[in-house]
Amino acid sequence: MNYIIGAFKPACHISITFFDGKSRKQVPSKKENGQTLMVPLFQSQENIVGKISIEPVSGKKVEHNGIKVELLGQIEMYFDKGNFYDFTSLVRELDIPGELYEQKTYPFEFSSVEMPYETYNGVNVRLRYVLKVTINRGYAGSIVEYQDFVVRNYTPPPSINNSIKMEVGIEDCLHIEFEYNKSKYHLKDVIIGKIYFLLVRIKLKNMDLEIRRRESTGSGANTHVETETLAKFELMDGAPVRGESIPIRLFLSPYELTPTYQNINNKFSVKYYLNLVLVDEEDRRYFKQQEITMLRLAETS
Amino acid sequence: MMISNGIEDEEKWLAEGMAGIQHNAFYLHRALDSNNLREALKYSALLLSELRTSRLSPHKYYELYMRAFDELRRLEMFFKDENRHGCSVVDLYELVQHAGNILPRLYLLCTVGSVYIKSKEAPAKDVLKDLVEMCRGVQHPIRGLFLRSYLAQISRDELPDIASEYESEGDTFMDAVEFVLQNFAEMNKLWVRMQHQGPLREREKLDKERNELRDLVGKNLHVLSQIEGVDLEIYRDTVLPRVLEQVVNCKDELAQYYLMDCIIQVFPDEYHLQTLETLLGACPQLQSAVDIKTVLSRLMERLSNYAASSPEVLPEFLQVEAFTKLSNAIGKVIEAQVDMPIVGAITLYVSLLTFTLHVHPDRLDYVDQVLGECVKKLSGKAKLQDSRVTKQVVALLSAPLEKYNDIVTALTLSNYPRVMDHLDAATNKVMAMVIIQSIMKNNTCVSTSDKVEVLFELIKGLIKDIEGTSTDELDEEDFKEEQNSVARLMHMLYNDDPEEMLKIINTVWKHIMAGGPKRLPFTVPPLVFSTLKLVRRLQVQDGDVAGEEVPATPKKIFQILNQIIEALSVVPSPELALRLYLQCAEAANDCDLEPVAYEFFTQAFVLYEEEVADSKAQVTAIHLIIGTLQRMNVFGIENRDTLTHKATGYSAKLLKKPDQCRAVYACSHLFWVDDQDGIKDGERVLLCLKRSLRIANAAQQMVNVTRGSSGPVTLFVEILNKYLYFFEKGSPQITGAAIQGLIELIKTEMQSDSTTSNPASDAFFASTLRYIRFQKQKGGVMGEKYDPIKL
Repeated sequence: MNYIIGAFKPACHISITFFDGKSRKQVPSKKENGQTLMVPLFQSQENIVGKISIEPVSGKKVEHNGIKVELLGQIEMYFDKGNFYDFTSLVRELDIPGELYEQKTYPFEFSSVEMPYETYNGVNVRLRYVLKVTINRGYAGSIVEYQDFVVRNYTPPPSINNSIKMEVGIEDCLHIEFEYNKSKYHLKDVIIGKIYFLLVRIKLKNMDLEIRRRESTGSGANTHVETETLAKFELMDGAPVRGESIPIRLFLSPYELTPTYQNINNKFSVKYYLNLVLVDEEDRRYFKQQEITMLRLAETS
Repeated sequence: MMISNGIEDEEKWLAEGMAGIQHNAFYLHRALDSNNLREALKYSALLLSELRTSRLSPHKYYELYMRAFDELRRLEMFFKDENRHGCSVVDLYELVQHAGNILPRLYLLCTVGSVYIKSKEAPAKDVLKDLVEMCRGVQHPIRGLFLRSYLAQISRDELPDIASEYESEGDTFMDAVEFVLQNFAEMNKLWVRMQHQGPLREREKLDKERNELRDLVGKNLHVLSQIEGVDLEIYRDTVLPRVLEQVVNCKDELAQYYLMDCIIQVFPDEYHLQTLETLLGACPQLQSAVDIKTVLSRLMERLSNYAASSPEVLPEFLQVEAFTKLSNAIGKVIEAQVDMPIVGAITLYVSLLTFTLHVHPDRLDYVDQVLGECVKKLSGKAKLQDSRVTKQVVALLSAPLEKYNDIVTALTLSNYPRVMDHLDAATNKVMAMVIIQSIMKNNTCVSTSDKVEVLFELIKGLIKDIEGTSTDELDEEDFKEEQNSVARLMHMLYNDDPEEMLKIINTVWKHIMAGGPKRLPFTVPPLVFSTLKLVRRLQVQDGDVAGEEVPATPKKIFQILNQIIEALSVVPSPELALRLYLQCAEAANDCDLEPVAYEFFTQAFVLYEEEVADSKAQVTAIHLIIGTLQRMNVFGIENRDTLTHKATGYSAKLLKKPDQCRAVYACSHLFWVDDQDGIKDGERVLLCLKRSLRIANAAQQMVNVTRGSSGPVTLFVEILNKYLYFFEKGSPQITGAAIQGLIELIKTEMQSDSTTSNPASDAFFASTLRYIRFQKQKGGVMGEKYDPIKL
């Protein structure tokens, strides 16, 4: 459809700017081609206000059948590439059909936009928000411009946040008791805890704490699960003896974590696990995985 | 070909580790130079990763550690300067904890922690507590020990001590104590755990490696001792109990031994003194293989030195009843360690004894108590065969001697001889020699018979044969030396009071009688002389004490002497007995006891007749008899005649003519005592001399007959000299003419062809003539007397 435009220079230049673009916080966002660029950050219920400036290439007029701006929230599954599922779609008509001879600026506003889901870039799924400006040109093909933005939603600190405490073991081999101070962590949180060795009959070499992300996409028989290890943090070096307790202090800030996503639009879920791994001298691994809930707290700064 | 050399491999691994550090250090320096915090953290973590190796022995690991340590110092400088990295120390403290590997992470954390404390942005105690807790993550013994040693090292200057800049309201030295104690406890656990890693056959190697690491653990105790806030109270109530808890609970012999020793060496003596009970209380709880005796010995040694250092501290010892506590502790340890070799127990007692001698020199009962404990331990055991044990027992017994320089003190120790009883014969002798030498060296006078009794009981190994030992093995020279020592010892047994002295003599006699024929010749003479000394003293003291009930009269003593000398008959040693009789006779003479003296002479003559068979011995004996008899002035005419007659008779009956000749002319003196009222019987003098001349002549002829040539004229010259003597003394029967004749005779003899010339007798004669000439020329009365003699 756009091949003519592709063959020539675009007939006009479209730029989308946000009303508070200078002051609004920008966060890095990864493009499909791997580049990272800074894009503005929004949260649900915010007004998305700005203006769109269209400037025809010098001396040329642009005929159109109308100009519109859309705010789209899309989910893209990688096994179904290019096929977007829009869970949010808002439209503002900017101009009736006519001709553009010179630069023209259109203000736009989406008030209190419902954006329940956060921007997410996973292994098999992508959730993005985008402003899409379309100049409808009938036979000549439409001119389209996108502006990505990122949405992050904040949750208040949980009122109930129990610690995770558990005793596990292999009979007559290894008994440990571990404790993580919370079950819900925010993204800049610190995991504090300890591992208490009740019985050690195997020669341990070391112990790691891993943070794993489990992304499941699709549903039913088509469910696709992908697990990534985001952090591998050595907790212990050497073999402990009975009665030894090993402290845990893991800062989460260095890792690229997201909140836990539960069944986003029936398309996907993202869960986090703490995986305690004990490795013995024969490199056998003993592990215990515990789910933790990740959440995003409003940043105070 | 696949068998690789372990040591070479280790060298290689070390070199690899070093290279790794070197490599990363290069990038680290570059990052530091450009103040790039991110890079600095990255490369320091990489650098520290080299310390994660498990392949090096402690020794090699230490080299690697030191190399990394140097780099960490640089990094610390960088961390300190916030301007360079633009990161607050609090943030830095978090930032370094992002490192994924625990070992580099903790090294970095400790490094920043030290900077954190210096910045005073957080209380030192909180940081220290956090560090010491976090370090638990390293459970590998060697890596953990080095990490914690790093922690101890960098925190040393930042401990909140009294008057330190890190002390504040919330930070007291107690926090420092707490920190060091905890680090110590953890290090000790790691150190002990090394023991259980690796196969049993490498046990020896492990022990060696552990020994190399022990100072890392001990260093903590040293740090504790350096904290000024640790006063006696804190030490007693907190530090010591906590340290001991670790020591006892670790149940590891190597650690227990080292740490006990460490405690003893590191903390001040007065603390030990005041906490003896606690410290000693731990000893019986240690593993049985721990060398507690060395530990306790060291403790007692230190306390001894402390006591010796100044007399002011002695009351402290008394106050805490140090001796009782130590003594009890030793008892318990010995009880608890059933299989402790006897040498260990004895060593302990030696230490305790040394301690007592230093601290309570006045408490002999303590010394005796220690010896008593020893006896208890030794009782029921056979004689000691183990040379190490005997050595210790000898040390045990020598200690009091050395300390008191006075055997008399030792003699009051009732257990002393009982300990000696447990020594084997040879050692017993050695010990007895030590005792004697001590007496001789210090010139100690043993002055009561009771003490003498004890003393002889002690040295009985020398005094008599001990059952079950064969005398064949004895070295003759050693035996002589021993007996000579005993002889010398007898002269040290002395009391001014004659009665007591007599008792002493009786006691000694009783003991030496048991000595048997081999010893008597050595022991009887000194006893006799010692007794004679007493006699002479009595004689000087009082001639008029006539009380019959006084036991120490010369008469009685002489009776004893008689018995003593009689004892020699079993040896038999007639020559010696004869001499002694003569000595006694002389003493009796001085005491004016004619019958006694006569009796002694009689004994001497009987011996001469019946026992002295050897002709040479006879010659000596007869000369002795003559000499002694000559000095006698107590005899009445009759007795004297009898005795001189006997003497002259025996003289003439000697075997060889020259001997006869000489004895006979010696007899001449019996009739001429050059005293105021001595006998002066010129007639019989002349008779003797003439007789000797006759014998000399006969001798000359005998030689002539048997050899074809006359013997030397020596005998004649000797007789000439006798003539001259009596001539000068004014014996009327000795005339110048007789002398003249004798000179002529000698000259003739000398000129005779058959006479072989003898330079000695020639010279003798020549000088005799020279003497006569001299007297003639001198003039005066003597010159006149000599005048008629023509040469």
